[in-house]
Amino acid sequence: MATTTPDIQRSRRAKSASRPGDRIFSGLSRGSGITLLVIMAAIAGFLTYRAILAISKDSTNFFTTFEWNPAGNPPVFGIAVLAFGTIVSSIIAMLIAVPVAIGIALFISHYAPRKLAKPLAYVVDLLAAVPSIIYGLWGAIFLVPYLDGLNQWLDEYLGWTYLFDKANEGPARSLFTVGILLAIMILPIITNVTREVFLQAPKMHEEAALALGATRWEVIRMSVLPFGRSGIISASMLGLGRALGETMAVAVVLSPSFLISGHLLDPGGGTFAQNIAAKFNEANEYGRDALIASGLVLFVITLLVNGAARWIIGRRKEYSGAAA
Amino acid sequence: MAKRIDVSGLSAFYGTHKAIDDISMTVEPRSVTAFIGPSGCGKSTFLRTLNRMHEVTPGGRVEGKVMLDDENLYGSNVDPVAVRRTVGMVFQRPNPFPTMSIFDNVAAGLRLNGKYKKSALNDIVERSLKGANLWNEVKDRLNKPGSGLSGGQQQRLCIARAIAVEPDVLLMDEPCSALDPISTLAIEDLIGELKERFTIVIVTHNMQQAARVSDRTAFFNLAAVGQPGKLIELDDTERIFSNPSVQATEDYISGRFG
Amino acid sequence: MSHAIQERPVSVAPRRGPLSHARLPRWTPAAVAVFSIAAGIGIGLAAGWHSKVQWGMLAALLFVLTTYAVTTKVEGSRQAKDRVATSLVWVCFVLAVVPLLSLAWVTISKGMAVLDVYFLTHSMNGVLDTEAGGGVYHALLGTIEQVGIATLIAAPIGLLTAVYLVEYGGGKLAQAVTFFVDVMTGIPSIVAGLFILATWNLMLGFGPSGFAGAMALAILMMPVVVRSTEEMLKLVPNELREASLALGIPKWRTILKVVLPTAIGGITTGVMLAVARITGETAPVLLLVFGTKLINPNPFEGAQSSLPLYVYEQYAVGTDASVARAWAAALVLIAFVMILNLVARGIARWKAPKTGR
Repeated sequence: MATTTPDIQRSRRAKSASRPGDRIFSGLSRGSGITLLVIMAAIAGFLTYRAILAISKDSTNFFTTFEWNPAGNPPVFGIAVLAFGTIVSSIIAMLIAVPVAIGIALFISHYAPRKLAKPLAYVVDLLAAVPSIIYGLWGAIFLVPYLDGLNQWLDEYLGWTYLFDKANEGPARSLFTVGILLAIMILPIITNVTREVFLQAPKMHEEAALALGATRWEVIRMSVLPFGRSGIISASMLGLGRALGETMAVAVVLSPSFLISGHLLDPGGGTFAQNIAAKFNEANEYGRDALIASGLVLFVITLLVNGAARWIIGRRKEYSGAAA
Repeated sequence: MAKRIDVSGLSAFYGTHKAIDDISMTVEPRSVTAFIGPSGCGKSTFLRTLNRMHEVTPGGRVEGKVMLDDENLYGSNVDPVAVRRTVGMVFQRPNPFPTMSIFDNVAAGLRLNGKYKKSALNDIVERSLKGANLWNEVKDRLNKPGSGLSGGQQQRLCIARAIAVEPDVLLMDEPCSALDPISTLAIEDLIGELKERFTIVIVTHNMQQAARVSDRTAFFNLAAVGQPGKLIELDDTERIFSNPSVQATEDYISGRFG
Repeated sequence: MSHAIQERPVSVAPRRGPLSHARLPRWTPAAVAVFSIAAGIGIGLAAGWHSKVQWGMLAALLFVLTTYAVTTKVEGSRQAKDRVATSLVWVCFVLAVVPLLSLAWVTISKGMAVLDVYFLTHSMNGVLDTEAGGGVYHALLGTIEQVGIATLIAAPIGLLTAVYLVEYGGGKLAQAVTFFVDVMTGIPSIVAGLFILATWNLMLGFGPSGFAGAMALAILMMPVVVRSTEEMLKLVPNELREASLALGIPKWRTILKVVLPTAIGGITTGVMLAVARITGETAPVLLLVFGTKLINPNPFEGAQSSLPLYVYEQYAVGTDASVARAWAAALVLIAFVMILNLVARGIARWKAPKTGR
């Protein structure tokens, strides 16, 4: 038992080189790993290549243009509106989903009666698997009309904030509605991860807080939330990644337009993924390249989000209490 | 400050399983009372009924009365949070809050109970750390995380955290079982000093430790595995270890079982 | 020595109140909840709000505020904070459960209206968008073929990669693979679709086909399989490997005969969950499979349909009949995914390795 894993592996590896069976099998598994790397490289490479083809023919600035007309002469297209819509809808989704998800996770891990907690956790697990197109269908047919009243309220009482001023009398097919729908969609994912972390919070620290005369909420604030902080962040980033790249639910709910508007309740706007799905069928080959270019930007954004999550977790590890 | 504990007819349950049965005893103020007995005899469970921590475990339930001077801890309007605030506890494994500094750990209980001026907090933290014989070792790194200390230091930090809120009673659940002999000695010395101010109850597996630190010793036993634990006898430590009145106690102490 | 603020007396130690104080009866939260819901409905009706969302939000707000007011008055501010936290957590729970229940209820009730054997066994061949009838057979077939091919591509590569990482890894290459598997997990599905579009269709000149969609789905599936398989292989105790190697069994046979069989339950679960996940993916299918009304059993030639794509198309058409078909197909899709999930979790529970969790 004294031998550590690396030792065993090293000695095994040295021996294994001699047998043909071993050589084939290790070659196969290594080859699979390399295949994965090649695929990743190919994704980055080909997307970039097609994107450059497209952007080089773009007659305006790709990043600041408010128009999408790659079939025009000269071609004019830019991602400003898409970037705005993607980021705004994702921010709305996060603002709603993260607190609620923490609440549900706490409900399952610390508040719910035990008989309710287990089946509930199971159901949330299953909900994470519901296909996004179904959320989209539900959102477009059910959520949109139900949000009319809420929009009216926001317009009436918060209209002065400019953000909630509803200037356009259309149905609620707005970035705000998309944000709410995205929030509902990423809720199960964030809840699942957060709940797992909360359940792992060491009992002994909760007892320490209890024994000092802390109420249940104080126990959670002193021992559970600090322990779960990096878990909450990584769960949120996972959710954000989903929200940024979500295609169908947005495509179904939003009534797109190539305008940037601070009035979140007005119909209009667009996101990267939604725009690709909506414009793809009518696009010629060059138009497809343009869509690929916008997809590349989305890809880079999600990479940055994931990288940020990893960096935050790595930085917080020593203080997370995992070592104690 | 230190108060007398009067337990009468106390039973504790985990769901339907009865863990301890009908215990009555008195714990004197300003003294150390040790609980000894074989594993599973319910001494830790009993300890946790004294600050209403038992009911935190899922299915945990208590019947009977625990009087702290003249107030029943299980009275109908009693807030368990207030009870735990008055009856402090130190656990088997040192459990300082890992995300808090040494200072914040000691101040944690105080901050729950109201706002303090910075200088007042400083005073109380210093006094509590001195009270736990830890001040000299940590006074230069109060802002470092508590998890960076050694096991023995962490346990003394937990004691400092518990005494900072000036409880009436201090419960210790095998506080030295995770520590090395030198740290154990430091804690035992500390217990001797603390009993001047607090009523102390300590659960221990180590009979020499019970003999060294306690004034009175209670022996718990269970008839068989799965049966509830019972209090066999409670007497002056000297009598328990020299001339116990029950045969089972003598058998246990002389190492014939357990 | 008087440094305590608020109304504390001059004393170093905080003075404590008696152990008992006025406490609210146990039924208080329930009573407050009932009151808030009643008030929400009452005010909603009186003000004539037609949206139930408003009623619910008002009830939730009242619930939290009343809880706070009542507890502050009776039990004090610390207890009030505790109770408010509890009420907020309950509100979160309800807030989340309501839309999710609504989603499930709507899908089932609307889907059942159209779903029958005819719907499952017929295509949309010759059916006008505006008229009822037609079915989902061609989409179901397409989905099964595409997901099947994707699994055939992704499962072996994912599995072997996991074997490599756990059994052979340790070097720079393994580190790179681990890192990029993480990166790959975060790829939006539409980007995977665009990649196949850029290579298979635009560079190599192939038309839309089920196979093209399957390749994009495989890209999405691989990292999920690698992650879950890795976790499972790590759970296999090292003693088992050592015992086998000590008997002189070569390493590759040890992996095949000892390690993989031990972890097979968990690995199967992981693969099935990954399958369930890609089954619902619409975006890459939309770009690569294109959709058709006809039955096309050949995934390598010509446009196919698929369940999620069918839902999207029927919704986009927007007639009553087609939206009804969209719901029915959504129900089929959700049932498909849920059955996969339930079976996968069943296997996980049944075959759980004894060392696990």
